[in-house]
Amino acid sequence: MSTAVIANYPIEVDAEGFLQKPEQWTEEIAVAIAREVGIDPLTTPHWQVIRFMRDRYLQTGQAPSIRTLGKESGVSTKELYQLFPKGPAKLAARIGGIPKPHGCI
Amino acid sequence: MSNAIEKVSIIISKGSFEGIYPGLIMANGARMEGIEANVFFTFFGMDAINKKHYEHLKVATVGNPGLHLPTMVGGLPGMSALVTRQMEKKMEELDIPPVPEFITLLADSGAKLYACKASVEMFDLTRESFIDELEGIITVGEFYGLAAGGQIIFT
Repeated sequence: MSTAVIANYPIEVDAEGFLQKPEQWTEEIAVAIAREVGIDPLTTPHWQVIRFMRDRYLQTGQAPSIRTLGKESGVSTKELYQLFPKGPAKLAARIGGIPKPHGCI
Repeated sequence: MSNAIEKVSIIISKGSFEGIYPGLIMANGARMEGIEANVFFTFFGMDAINKKHYEHLKVATVGNPGLHLPTMVGGLPGMSALVTRQMEKKMEELDIPPVPEFITLLADSGAKLYACKASVEMFDLTRESFIDELEGIITVGEFYGLAAGGQIIFT
């Protein structure tokens, strides 16, 4: 774990840039991380996925699978990959300020 | 990471439950990492994309020492269905979709699905035998063309 400065805040992140303390997250941080991974601007459906990912993690302690994202976030699997071409679950978790999802699915 | 994998082409050649799932999981895992994925279904592996069969795949309970079930027991009527049902239940708990849903998930995620031309001819199948999401029926040479520049995984 190390400290990175994101949007002028000192934030605890892992080696791949995932926040280790979800409570340190703000919308400004989301925007800054999204820009870093090449997603700019964050549109309404991006926010919908990010919030779903984050809320589900905070409720259950586990990031949802891509299957659950496609079924329950209100954004279809096809659209998920258009919004986050480099991996929807991984990127939405990183932008949403939660640790890296560990499932294989 | 300059040597990161950017494309995988996965061959699924077996038609049993346990023969098909690993390739599907590998392909989905690739897409989740933003890696381009092709899946080439050949021989009995084509059951995974065959509309008539893909809802009824079974675990091999005979000739499968990894199951740790005596061969004579594995051969009892209904045993394969029973073991398959148990495995399906466990997979649902782990949020691993049934094969038809998994195939749709893969296609929607942008993975490209292909059937092997030689196998299609050998089993007297046509385009209509397969799911709508199938990208095409291609030759081995065409497969190598698509796989160029990436990794090939045979399962």
